Order: sequence, then structure tokens, then C-alpha cells
Amino acid sequence: MKLSHNNKVSMPTSTSTSPLNSGDNFISDQFPAGLRVLVVDDDPTCLMILERMLRFCLYEVTKCKRAEVALSLLRENKNGFDIVLSDVHMPDMDGFKLLEHIGLEMDLPVIMMSADDGKNVVMKGVTHGACDYLIKPVRIEALKNIWQHVVRKRTNKWKDVKQSGGLDERDREKKVSSDADYSSSANEGKSSSKKRRDEEDETDERDDSSTSKKPRVVWSIELHQQFMAVVNQLGLDKAVPKKIMEMMNVPGLTRENVASHLQKYRLYLRRLSGVSQQQSNLNNPFMNPQESIFGATPINGIDLQTLSTSGHLSPQNLAKLQAAGLFSSENSKLRFGEGQLQHMSSIKPTNFLHGIPINMEPKQFANFHQSAQSFSSTNTRVNASSPKRSPWLMQMAQSQPRGHMLNENINSHTTRFPSSSMQPTGPNGISVNSFPLRCTPGSSSSSSKGAFHAEATSGIKESGGFSYDIFNELHQKSNNWCLANTGLSYDASQHANPLQGSIDVSPPILGNGGFHSIQQTRQNRDGMSQGSLQNVGQHLNTPFFDNSLRVKSERILDTNSEINPFSDQFSQEDLMSAFLNQVGSSFPLTLNIYVSLVFLYRQINLFIFLFSQHEGIGPLENEFDFDGYSLDNIPVYNRSC
Amino acid sequence: MEVGQMQRQWMGYMKSLFMEGFLDGQFLQLQQLQDENNPEFVVEVVSLFFEDSERILKDLSFAVDQQSVDFKKIDAHVHQFKGSSASIGAQRVKNACIAFRNFCEEQNIDACRSCLQQVKQEYIHVKNKLETLLRLEQQIVAAGGSIPMMEWN
Repeated sequence: MKLSHNNKVSMPTSTSTSPLNSGDNFISDQFPAGLRVLVVDDDPTCLMILERMLRFCLYEVTKCKRAEVALSLLRENKNGFDIVLSDVHMPDMDGFKLLEHIGLEMDLPVIMMSADDGKNVVMKGVTHGACDYLIKPVRIEALKNIWQHVVRKRTNKWKDVKQSGGLDERDREKKVSSDADYSSSANEGKSSSKKRRDEEDETDERDDSSTSKKPRVVWSIELHQQFMAVVNQLGLDKAVPKKIMEMMNVPGLTRENVASHLQKYRLYLRRLSGVSQQQSNLNNPFMNPQESIFGATPINGIDLQTLSTSGHLSPQNLAKLQAAGLFSSENSKLRFGEGQLQHMSSIKPTNFLHGIPINMEPKQFANFHQSAQSFSSTNTRVNASSPKRSPWLMQMAQSQPRGHMLNENINSHTTRFPSSSMQPTGPNGISVNSFPLRCTPGSSSSSSKGAFHAEATSGIKESGGFSYDIFNELHQKSNNWCLANTGLSYDASQHANPLQGSIDVSPPILGNGGFHSIQQTRQNRDGMSQGSLQNVGQHLNTPFFDNSLRVKSERILDTNSEINPFSDQFSQEDLMSAFLNQVGSSFPLTLNIYVSLVFLYRQINLFIFLFSQHEGIGPLENEFDFDGYSLDNIPVYNRSC
Repeated sequence: MEVGQMQRQWMGYMKSLFMEGFLDGQFLQLQQLQDENNPEFVVEVVSLFFEDSERILKDLSFAVDQQSVDFKKIDAHVHQFKGSSASIGAQRVKNACIAFRNFCEEQNIDACRSCLQQVKQEYIHVKNKLETLLRLEQQIVAAGGSIPMMEWN
């Protein structure tokens, strides 16, 4: 049994048999002795005193003069420390910056210290996430209690995991016992050892989580792709969190993280497939133009079969869509699934991006590109790791580096992104504003959406929107956002307006004024625009076709009152024919655009999916909820048609 | 001088230092951190404090004498000095630093200069006192005695 590291300590350690005494965590009987503290202070006097005080408290102390050194120490030993004490004013790095880094990368509790006791500084500590703030000179009594922050963080972490459904019985019990144990002030002996023992018992499954790990994993695009790859490899039925976690082999990723993510993913898929059944207004008309375009290949993200069988898709449309082969079935599911745009994005964003044929005419492509960019920008925004943008988006970005259409919009809206690198930039540096997705999960977005819509609209327009008059007109007219449930009805020309469409996909063709892609709204809601393409596609679809715009937007319509009018005004046939007439000549191009949009949309969806998880937005339902509504509530656009 | 006498002398000296505000409760904490396993702790910390302070004061003098005074930098130095002196328990030095910082905020260079002088003075004072105190402690230990534990009420 390991004794405390303090040379003064000579406490007997009777619980030597438990796996607790791995040295990683507290020593069972001597808790909180052995707490591994990293103290960072540029003042050598203070550092020495603190070290001595901490040792006096029986903690295991590592001292550091510089923040950079501290960070690298932490990175090298991911599980090597339980808590960090840092000075605020340091020459090489601001203490709060270090605090942020630690919070993001290691999620350890951090206590700030300073001789500065001004309210502002203390407040800064609070807002940056410090567990505590000690005023220098630090007294030993204050240090004696820092273990509480470690325990608290872990307890909350269990809670989080539990809520996200990742906990199993053991966790629950452990948590309960931990809570009970730590309710009393005396944390030594039994209670602590019990907790330690319980925790240690789980080490085989949660080798990373035995020490304080981040309660929330940031499910970046890359991470999610990794996750998807592994899940597909294992097969969705056989994918169990433990295996997934092992195969992903991501340091710091716990089984609970994976489990909760998997659950969300499953719910998401379920919803997609379920939603398509609810699409009552999917119109065929909107599919018509696609028929000739699409081959027999399945459209990405579009569950054509489902749609077809559910009556949403006419056979010809189905064929067309399939011919497009652009959308993964998942995406389609997403799309139709109550306009769960976001869901789509969560599905292998890279896949559909790859599949999109980029053979649009320059002009249109440019337009589309912009829209795609907008989507991808959202993606990039959401996803801190831009370089991994779907290749497709990259191509898009590179082919027509247009302005940043929705950058402003998106930037303004993506406020929820936790990562700091939220810059919607395409591979070539173009900040693509993906769909004006708003990262405002659950926020009642009618107003926000409307606002966003306006912004997006203007943004799109400015970015050189689509050349199609139809779009422009529609765009101007339509203020409603129609969730293109199917996204299938995304006409190539419409793609040109994807951006617009996404924001305000009310193509002039349809003659509807208030055609807005509900998708956009929804996406905006989440602030993610991974599948901007998809979004756009959806958007475009809606405006043009009443049917196609069916975004299960019951809710969206609710939130965005403008959406409804459009559907009421035009019948699907009217819209369809109008649209077809206008875009007929540019069909091939539109198809491409459409595909691109679909991809974008998927990206957006993925972002939303991921983002919602990151944000801890509750259950999957919220991910695609427009204004927090479940997808099921999305009103179908195509009312009167 | 025999041990008991030295110890009493030490205690009297300590009391006066506290009464005069040279040292505060923080110094007592340092005393308490010293034990048989860390017998030289106080000496080590105080020595470190002296070293560090010399460096800071040098930097401060340099900064204050500049043509264009960088108040931010000065403030940073003073802040650090305030922290270390507070950690040691050098109360008067700490208070002088606080005053110094206020003038830095006001960007009053003349006041800053005079404050610097004051800080220096206080530092030299407490340095002398501490050296005397530690010398006494050394003698007590050398004579076989132990340093009494003082309680700060």
C-alpha cells in the first residue's frame, strides 16, 4: 500500500488489497492524501511555500514555474494529476488562458491564485471556469480543502454520464455511494475508500475516467467520423460502446462518452427512418425534375425507398433521386425524417461529400459553391478541425472561391461553439458560411430564425447568389423557411440558391414569397451547418416545390409563421411546373448543385448532431428540433398543394 | 548565553516584529511548516525571498528610471513583489506595494518613484530584522535547543 508522499506521514494503510492503491488516485484510508497537485507560479518564493504547504497536507506535489511547462506536463501525463493550482499573473502565459487550455484538454479542476483580490479578477476566474480562487497569501487551511473540487468534479461527471445514458448499474451505484459518502465532511476512511474502490473497479473499463476526465467529450467532426467508421465496421447492431471505444482508441474517450454518443446516434437514425413515414406531403412533383437527372443510384442521405413507399416520392422521383446517387441513404433519412437536417449531417459527412459530383457549370457552380461554402463554413465553424472538411466541400471551396457569403451570418449565429477556432473557412481559406445554422439548441428560434433568415438571405444574395432569377425572385418573396424534408427536390438551379434557399429558399419560380428553408432555420438553430449542402438542397426544394419542401416543419412553420403562407399559396404542381420550366435547361447543373447542397446539408446536420452532443443538448430529439420542437412537429410545408 | 535565555530572546524579538507590523500571521504559518523533516524551511524560504526581491527591485528601479515609463510593466513587477512579500509575511513591504500600485494606476511617475523608495526602505528594514531573527534561531539550534512555537492570536 502506498503511503502518502509526505515524509511526515506514517499512517497505516490497511486497505492495501484494493486496486485503489494504484497510485493514481487517493490512498484509500488517507484520503485526501496523495492528491496529485500541479502548482504553477512564476514567483519562486510563493512556489516554494505552496509546495511545502501542499506537502504538509499530504498531497503529491509537482511544481512548475511556467505555464507552458505545466501544460506540457499535463499533456504528457493525461492521468497524472488530479488538480491544478495556478497563479493568475504569469509572464509567459496568462493564468486564465492556461485555465482554458486545461479545461478544454484535460478537464481538470483548476484553482486560481493571486495577490489580486479585485472583484473583476475573481469574476474572470469564475467565468473562465475556475473551481476556486484563492487570494494570496494562501493559507494552509485553504489548501487543505482543495480535494473537494476534485471530488465534486468527478461526482458531476458521473452525473453527466448517467444522464446521457451511458452509465450502467455499477456507475449508478457508485455514484450514489459516492454522493452519500461525500456528504459528510469527514472523507477519510470508509467512504473515501469505498468510492476509490468502486472507481478502481471500473478502471478496466474506464481507464481514462478514473482520474477526472472531461465529463463532456467534444464530438468533433473527426471524432465522429472515427466513431462512424468504427460503428460501420462493427455493424450498427453489434456496435457496443466498449468495443467502439477500444477501436477508436482515442485517449481520454471513455466508454460512457461513447455510449452516450452511440445512443444519440441510434436515436437519430431511428428518427430519420421514422420521420420519413410521417412525410405526408412529400410531393412527387418536386421529384420530377430530378427524375431525368438522377440515375438509379441511391441518393445520399435520402431514403428514397422509404420515401417512395411512404408515398412521399413518386416512383419517378425516386428513380431520379436514386440516379443522383449523391445522397447516402442516411442522409435521405435525415432529410425526410422530419426535416431533421441536423441528423443528416451527423451521418458520415465525409461520405456524401465525396460522392457529390462536382461538375457544375462554372457559374452555377460558383453559386453553388458559395452555398456549399456557406455550409462548409458552418461545418468548419462547428468543427474546430477544419482541415478535415469533407473533400467535397474542399473542392467546392476551391473551385469557386467566392466571398464568404454567410460568414457573417453564421459567425454571428454560431455562438455556441465551444471551440475557439470557429472560423468558417474552407480549405482554401474561404470561409464558407454553411447554412446559417444557429447553434442555439432548443432556443425558440422563431425570432432568431427569422432574424437569421434575414441575414442569411442577404448574405446569400450578396455572395453572388444564384444566377437563377427564379431563386432570386423566390428568395425575395419567400420569407418562410421550408424544411425540405426530402431535400430531394433540390433542383440544380435551386442549388444556386442553396444559400438563399437555405435561408430563404423560396425560389421565384414557385412564386411564393415566403419560402424559406425551414431546414435552415433548424440548422441555424443548431448553429451547425455541416450539411449545408443538404440544407440548401432542402431549402431549394422547398421553395420550388411545395411538396419537396416538406419539411416536417410543422414546427418550423409554427416558429416561422412565414413559412406557412407559401405552402398555402401554391400547389405542388404549380410550383413544380414553374420551377421545372425555369430550371429545365440547366437541369444537369441543378442536379449537381442539388447534390452539393445535399452534402452540405448533411454536413450541417452532422455538425448539429455533434454539436448538440457537445453542448449537451439533451436527447437527440433536440438536435433537430426547430426551436426545440421535436422533428415530428415540423409542419409540412406543402399544405395547400 | 544558555538555550533558555536565547529562546526567550527570540520570542521577545518575534513579538516586537509583530507588534511593529514587520511581520504578520503568514510568517507564523511558515514557522509551522517547519519540522524535523524540514528543519531549514524558513531559512530557505526567506533566502529565496531575499534573492527574488533583489531582482524585482532592480527591475523596478530600471523601469522607473526609463524615459518613457511603462506603467504596466512596473505594475506587474510591483504586483509580484506584493505577492511574494505577502507570502512571506512581510507586512509592511506588502502595504508599501499596495500604495505603489495605486500610483501606478494613476500613472503618477513622481509618486511612483517615491513609492519605490519607500518599498526599498521597507524591504531593507524587514531584511535586517529577519536576518537577526534567523541568526538567533541558528544559535538556539546550535546550542541544542528548539525554536519555540508561536501562536498568533
